[in-house]
Amino acid sequence: MEIREKVIEKLLLLIAFSSIAVLALITFFIFEQGLPLIWKIGPKAFILGQKWIPSKGLFGIFPMIVSSFLVTIGALALGIPLGLACTIFLCEWSPPAVGTVLRPAIQLLAAIPSVIYGFWGLIVLVPLVRNYLGGPGLSILSGSVILGFMILPTIISISEDSLKALPPTYKAGALAMGATHWQTIWRVMIPAARSGIVASIILGMGRAIGETMAMIMILGNAVKMPSSFLDSARTLTTNIGIEMGYASGAHREALFATGVILFVIIMLLNSLAIFLSRRRSS
Amino acid sequence: MLLLWLLPLLLAIPLVSGCQRERAGITVAGSTSVEPFAELLAEEYMSRHPHSHIYVQGGGSTAGIEAVRTRAANIGTSSRSLLPDEKDLYAITIAKDAIAIIVNPKNPIRDLSLDHVRQVFSGKIKDWGELGDPPHPIVLVSREEGSGTRESFQKFVMGQEEISLESLVQDSNGAIRQVVSNDPYAIGYISLGLVNEQVKALKISGVEPTVTNIERNKYTLVRPFLFVFNGEPEGEAKSFLEFVLSPAAQALLSKEGLVSVLKPSGR
Repeated sequence: MEIREKVIEKLLLLIAFSSIAVLALITFFIFEQGLPLIWKIGPKAFILGQKWIPSKGLFGIFPMIVSSFLVTIGALALGIPLGLACTIFLCEWSPPAVGTVLRPAIQLLAAIPSVIYGFWGLIVLVPLVRNYLGGPGLSILSGSVILGFMILPTIISISEDSLKALPPTYKAGALAMGATHWQTIWRVMIPAARSGIVASIILGMGRAIGETMAMIMILGNAVKMPSSFLDSARTLTTNIGIEMGYASGAHREALFATGVILFVIIMLLNSLAIFLSRRRSS
Repeated sequence: MLLLWLLPLLLAIPLVSGCQRERAGITVAGSTSVEPFAELLAEEYMSRHPHSHIYVQGGGSTAGIEAVRTRAANIGTSSRSLLPDEKDLYAITIAKDAIAIIVNPKNPIRDLSLDHVRQVFSGKIKDWGELGDPPHPIVLVSREEGSGTRESFQKFVMGQEEISLESLVQDSNGAIRQVVSNDPYAIGYISLGLVNEQVKALKISGVEPTVTNIERNKYTLVRPFLFVFNGEPEGEAKSFLEFVLSPAAQALLSKEGLVSVLKPSGR
């Protein structure tokens, strides 16, 4: 029995490390394939370049960086109010019966494949935007709305955890001081859980920046600098997704280089989220 | 305990699937324009040769040519001519395909000159009003960089001019057709064989894109569909190629809107 336990333990350890090894390999290959091109054309020309015309050797991803952030900001503008409202309702007012329906329903939102979100957006949302607001419909606005819903589960589940982790004395104390229920939530509980809520928003942001399939279908993928929310745009992820199949040579390296920039952005966001949630627990 | 039983099973799966691939036939990979036709041909071929298996994959012309070079695929398909540094491979034209300029059926326009098409796609003409339609901004829909269809369009229509960066980019013929069929102000370009009732193919300077006009060299936006081999075709690949060039298969392709080539043109 002893030996079998040991074997199982070592085996699990090996498996656990192999998943981390995959992360290391991915990191290594992205940088190994992408960095040479960034050095060749210069980090400034690559990151701040306005034009992406691979057939002419022009690799400027600035419009895509801007688009990625615009789409993400749009998604947060929808996702934060909706997510927080949902969280507060779930934690404070929802009767248990409603909660048992709502929680799995929100988790289900996370389980829907992104291609389905994209398809729904293309068929339902894009014509609405085109007919009522103008432009091609395949736009930052449509993408933001879809992403706003896609990041809800992340925001709700993590901020709900952070609200629930508060010592019950906070709420009891505030109520005992004569604060109303809403005052207690808005003035005491939300500020106390702030770091967890901010972490949930940053993780939602990471999710939004990383989304690819739905965005390829909805954003229209034009490579110019967007000038309004009704314009088509191309994000860093969709640039890789849409051109990967055909790219070779320097073009392919430039897509890996796009991946390097994306990787750095996501790493920064995740570190920020981890830092903020650590601060909460200590 | 369960885990220990499962592990050998998990390890065995790749072995089993590896064997299957070895046993069964050949891989045809490349251009997404050729893909639907290659699938059709493969189905027909497999119904005649029940023991063969032909896997058809997309990925794009460049990827297909690359796959043949590295022998990841037995046959590469390309919707553009080989580039100078690809001339060491063996290419055979299996059919010719026209590129159709498509608009939404609701759009009253029927005919554009090649010059107008170029000015529209380079972004110099931005409004349908300039072309005699009711005024509304034009929505351009293009393919992504590297696509065989885009390269042919660039060569036949744009020449030295760039396709406007404002244009929407979709990654397949089907996606372009989808966008154009939904947007009354959109204009795009796809393989003629994939034009259906959801979109309208424009006449170019009065010439309708039909098989007759292509055969008479009147409609000029025509490109070859190639099968690319690494060296002389042999075995199953050769037998499939012979089938594709046979009158029966060529008739099938004609029915799907392609122009048949009964005499092969190599290298």
